[in-house]
Amino acid sequence: MAVELDVFVGNTTIMDEEVYQLWLDGYTVNDAVRARMEGGVLDEFDATADVLLSDTMDQYRTFQMCERLLHSPAKLANQLLFQIPPHRQTMLIERYYAFDDVFVREVLGKKLSKGTKKDLDDISAKTGVTLKSCRRQFDNFKRIFKVVEELKGPLVENIRQHFLLSDKLARDYAAIVFFANNRFETGKKKLQYITFQDFAFCAGQLINNWTVGAVGEGLWLLPLANMDVDLDKEFLQELKELKVLITDKDLLDQHKSLVCTALRGKTKAFNEMEANFKNLSRGLVNIATKLTNTKDVRDFFIDLVEKFIEPCRSDRWTAADVKLYLTHYTNSAHILDTFKHQVVWDRYMGVIKSCIFKMYHD
Amino acid sequence: MPGKLKAKIVAGRHLPVMDRASDLTDAFVEVKFGNTTFKTDVCPKSLNPQWNSEWFKFEVDDEDLQDEPLQITVLDHDTYSANDAIGKVYIDIDPLLCTEAASIISGWFPIYDTIHGIRGEINVLVKVELFNDLNRFRQSSCGVKFFCTTSIPYSYRAVMVHGFVEELVVNEDPEYQWIDRIRTPRASNEARQRLISLMSGELQRKIGLKVLEMGGNAVVGYLQCFDLEGESGLVVRAIGTACTLEKFSSGSASITCPHPSTAPPSNACNSPKDGKELVFGEELPLSSGPPTPFRALPSSSSSPPPFSPSKPCSRQSSSSDTDLSLTPKTGMGSGGSAGKEAGPLKTLLRQQTQTTLEQRGASSSGLLLNAREFPFFTLTSFPPGFLVHVGGVVSARSVKLLDRIHNPALGNARSYKLLDWNSVTADEPETRDAWWEEIRQEIKSHAKALGCHAVVGYSENTSICEEVCILSASGTAAILNPRYMREGCLDVGSIDHRFDDPSPPNCGFCHIPYDELNMPFPAQLAYCYQCRRQKVPDVLFTTIDLPAEAAVTGKGCLIQARLCRLKKKAQGEVNATAISNLLPFMEYELHTQLMNKLKLRSMNALFGLHIQISVGENMLLGLASATGVYLTALPAPGGIQIAGKTPGDLNNEQHVAAIQKRINDAIAKNKELYQINPPELTDEGVGSPIPEPRQRSRIFRSHSESSDELSELDLSHGKKDAFVLEIDDTDAVEDIHSLLTDAPPPAGFHSCSTETMPGIYNWTSGIQMFTSVRVLRLNNTNLTNQGLNKIFTDLCENLLKSFYFKLRSTVPCCLCHLNFTVAVPEEELVQVSVTAVAMTFDKDQNQEKPPEKATTKGGSETEDQLQFPLELSADSSSTSPQPSKISGVAENTIVSTRAVSVDYGSFADRCSTWLELLRLKAHTIRRGSVKTSRRTQSLAHSVSSLEHCSPLPEGRSRSLCSSRSFGVGSVTMVKMTPLSFLPGTRIIKYLGIINMFFIRETTSLREEGGVSGFLHSFIAEVFAMVRAHVAALGGNAVVSYSMKDCVLMENPNKNQAQCLINVSGDAVICVRETDQEQTTNTGQTCGTIDGAT
Repeated sequence: MAVELDVFVGNTTIMDEEVYQLWLDGYTVNDAVRARMEGGVLDEFDATADVLLSDTMDQYRTFQMCERLLHSPAKLANQLLFQIPPHRQTMLIERYYAFDDVFVREVLGKKLSKGTKKDLDDISAKTGVTLKSCRRQFDNFKRIFKVVEELKGPLVENIRQHFLLSDKLARDYAAIVFFANNRFETGKKKLQYITFQDFAFCAGQLINNWTVGAVGEGLWLLPLANMDVDLDKEFLQELKELKVLITDKDLLDQHKSLVCTALRGKTKAFNEMEANFKNLSRGLVNIATKLTNTKDVRDFFIDLVEKFIEPCRSDRWTAADVKLYLTHYTNSAHILDTFKHQVVWDRYMGVIKSCIFKMYHD
Repeated sequence: MPGKLKAKIVAGRHLPVMDRASDLTDAFVEVKFGNTTFKTDVCPKSLNPQWNSEWFKFEVDDEDLQDEPLQITVLDHDTYSANDAIGKVYIDIDPLLCTEAASIISGWFPIYDTIHGIRGEINVLVKVELFNDLNRFRQSSCGVKFFCTTSIPYSYRAVMVHGFVEELVVNEDPEYQWIDRIRTPRASNEARQRLISLMSGELQRKIGLKVLEMGGNAVVGYLQCFDLEGESGLVVRAIGTACTLEKFSSGSASITCPHPSTAPPSNACNSPKDGKELVFGEELPLSSGPPTPFRALPSSSSSPPPFSPSKPCSRQSSSSDTDLSLTPKTGMGSGGSAGKEAGPLKTLLRQQTQTTLEQRGASSSGLLLNAREFPFFTLTSFPPGFLVHVGGVVSARSVKLLDRIHNPALGNARSYKLLDWNSVTADEPETRDAWWEEIRQEIKSHAKALGCHAVVGYSENTSICEEVCILSASGTAAILNPRYMREGCLDVGSIDHRFDDPSPPNCGFCHIPYDELNMPFPAQLAYCYQCRRQKVPDVLFTTIDLPAEAAVTGKGCLIQARLCRLKKKAQGEVNATAISNLLPFMEYELHTQLMNKLKLRSMNALFGLHIQISVGENMLLGLASATGVYLTALPAPGGIQIAGKTPGDLNNEQHVAAIQKRINDAIAKNKELYQINPPELTDEGVGSPIPEPRQRSRIFRSHSESSDELSELDLSHGKKDAFVLEIDDTDAVEDIHSLLTDAPPPAGFHSCSTETMPGIYNWTSGIQMFTSVRVLRLNNTNLTNQGLNKIFTDLCENLLKSFYFKLRSTVPCCLCHLNFTVAVPEEELVQVSVTAVAMTFDKDQNQEKPPEKATTKGGSETEDQLQFPLELSADSSSTSPQPSKISGVAENTIVSTRAVSVDYGSFADRCSTWLELLRLKAHTIRRGSVKTSRRTQSLAHSVSSLEHCSPLPEGRSRSLCSSRSFGVGSVTMVKMTPLSFLPGTRIIKYLGIINMFFIRETTSLREEGGVSGFLHSFIAEVFAMVRAHVAALGGNAVVSYSMKDCVLMENPNKNQAQCLINVSGDAVICVRETDQEQTTNTGQTCGTIDGAT
């Protein structure tokens, strides 16, 4: 005696959020049943394991049928096969496109190619995220990347409109797309302590300040494509001019004395700041001047860590120290008479400052 | 050319990729109606083509308009090879032919392919211009409205109920044609879909013609079924109730009582005394009847109805009725059993049938006779006052051999020429039509035996396995109010006194219709516990819904009896004989089970009883579902007593006592669960004490030979009448166990098989309709009956448990209209399909009472305008010579109509044992001591419970109203329900009937997720297509939805499966009760919106 067939179809498609999550997490039907049993559904509601199995199978089938539609969420709203109330549609999409920070941290900045996909089993083993779930998340990245790559206009807005995602999720995806496009190195050991959310914040800063779209306002309408995805070439070129801050000895000394005057007495780490000023300044300006090279763009974050964060940390600066230092470091440059590149400096340091703040933790 | 059909193809979307190279599609569309085809331009390289075609015009007969669907085929253009079909859309344009229904069809339809399922969508506009055709001899019946709903539709009132209409169309099944060997599965499926679409169109048209001839304008309770008879053909048959309906209008809302002069002639006919109209369902002000298209009906409706009165019914005829009524005494059980009537009627019916056939043959149109012949109503709920008394369930079954039929017409039916079996007259008696005729006759005589002149809640169905076919019909014998009938047509002579003083509406229907001194079966009668004036039976079984005005104590629940019987594999006549031998036993046991379960729940009546017996190669499955309730008017049910077979044995006695305790505990628990607290009876009361016969019916296992033990069992302890279960063998013990294992629904859940749950009133608007199918493979080859029973019971119970679990988030809720269908698709497979709706209700039952529609209308004063041209007491006295004594019948070679149509000698044996058994049962019913208890129930109680008991959901305002609105996103939300209403909403317009048939086939079963995945997506697709059609008609809901057929065939080894699904329902526009102003937002302009609430 065996159940040959067992289906349950509602006019309004019934979807259990808990089961949906298990499905998204890549649980097999049997594992999902086990998880649900441990979750205590059976205790709340007097039912047997058979009932749970049957329900789980039904739900899994429904999700599998829905998956095709979830690949282009706009279709979900005007397809006829499943009658799903709008708020449930939103939930389905949002959950489908949600990802695990541990997983995304592994692929962040990597090329979204077949090669990377082949490594997913390693990532799965490393992160504990099931391979199935890894694949779904990876495919989501790739799908969104492919779609927005072709689109004009603001990145976040494009993602939100085409995939009907929440603002938060759209921003995260913008970060992922941005990282994948610029191939930022994030996998080095030194960067391991930085979370995805840190990176996503930094990506947001870069997108908002360093891309063509950032200063857009209709001035550079011509190369509209990818204007949020690629860094503003002109700006990167201008960054070279900042070199004078470290090459001109006078300017460097002047800058240092201004900063030190401002900082004196305000922090315990003053001595270290004074001692390290030239090194740190050289580090930051060098990062700026090298950004015209794609290779160096990729190393942007590792450079920030090596050239600034690590020295500070070894001197036991607190986060407040860093903040204080960078604020004065940035502002003092404005008082330098011979320094003419205030606009570029602000645009550069604004991002650097907020990125470092974000990244400066254990 | 009485009609012009216009269609416009606007656009497509989400088309599949047909050209792998470009990942695109070059789509174009063919629009076909009849033999005319139009094509759109090719829209190159697009998955979302915009055709925006011109209006394609078809000039056609209205006959074709009714029969043919509009066929839209989407193709991929291919320059070098044949164009590939993407899929099709069939659009039934019937709703457009009715001026009151939809005026345009416009919307997105799923493009459906029988192999690939839904492949994108297409936007289509369809209109019809009808020219007036006053040709009296026309073959079309445009304008006749069809409703699946088995009550008078909301916002309509019945001017007249004309009665039973039936029709049947036969054709060769394309799947079994020689050409099927060379054509593709797709072509074969499409041929079948198209043929069935054509056949149902034709069937509907023919029924419509009959209705017009009767002077009606609508068919209510339209029930269409398919019989896939394999080699011997395809039968599409339908039954319904012809009515003249009139729509309420808002214009004259204040006129509730039209003057006879303003009333349309059709209203006034034959009922000169009245001024009031009967209102159904809704508390709508009545109008004098605005000009509706039906005003222009054939004048026959205002002249005396077409059915001439029959011969005056003499005393003699009624006495012969009584004789007849004695005959099935053997079978009717207490309270009208579910068609256990033994066979002694066969000979008699033969004659009857023959006579009627002759009559039909002689009559130029058999229709008139037919309607009079069968006073059957497919309706299950009625306006107050309509139903006077209910007798009990009547049912009849017959086993037929399909291969024995000589189908003269099939030989030359190659070209889809449709055949009408009604045209095959009496010289070909062995036709399907004659079969049904026979069964209906039997039903009719059963009703007569119960002293009833009509059958309500009538339905018919079949079960086919290879060449054997079981035809079943069932209904509820009833007496309808004679005031609705024309004078002289009603045979009320013997029961006249009952109408002298009108029974109170809330208990009248329970009163026995039959003669107390001449009871058709042994039953225990008592004075009605509500009015104390009339006799009521101890138990009442019916197939109808609980009347709105009925007084109920506590809540109801779903009661199911399940039964499996093994049978030897056999062929032909041997097989048919074996089946007919088994049938009575199955019915008997199902009845016993129902009775026991009813008593276990302390209830005394069953509503919405549906008994299905399905035949397979090696087994028979029986499933009876009903809603049990405690009718306040009926006596409290006695308990169940367990009796040991050998009283001396101490162990045994302890065992018996233990079981007895369990049963008593279960009864007590159930009483609490269903809140059955009937008021305590006191001995002093009005009127004279009624000698209440105390009786005890003993149920025997059908195969236990215990006739010799009759006398030794006299368990007169306890004051209650008890149902005695004897533990004489292991079977009985298992029976008791199974009785006790039926788990009650978990907290927060209720379930019932009827439209609404007695005892629950404040529905909220949340509904969830669902269909579930489960197939079990029985691997164990040497199963016993008991083993099978257990498996089958578990299957049903587990299904219910599954539903409760899945719907746990919607509590408190009630699963309404639980409709189980069983089938044995293959030798070791058992299939159960269920369609039901979960409806949420407000936990706080006291918070709000629905306004009592039923009672305010008052049964007696508003009913006068409903007339019955029907001859409810057909002149059976003249056509049926009846046996005067049971014994005489029993000794004859009696052959039940359940038997194969061929007479076999062995039947006599079988039947006589059966009769013996029943007689034994009758013997055990003895009169006991006189019980003088009576009841002085406070009337206040019954009134208040009456207020509660209207199942109609028209509370004027609901505290809990779902915030969801209908139109959200780009897709209209379409609600579906098997009920005739949607809680919290009001139906403002019926847009037409939905009747769709789909075939889906796959040759890649594994890839589609196995047979479960295949069926899951198919059912979802069917829902989607129904919703799309409703939305295109401008509707937002389907009521009275049902899945008539779900035939699944699989061959996992070949990786193949095929499934056929037939669904039907009424497309409607409904608006939330709370916001009337939304009515105009629903897409269709509605002229008749009630503004009074």
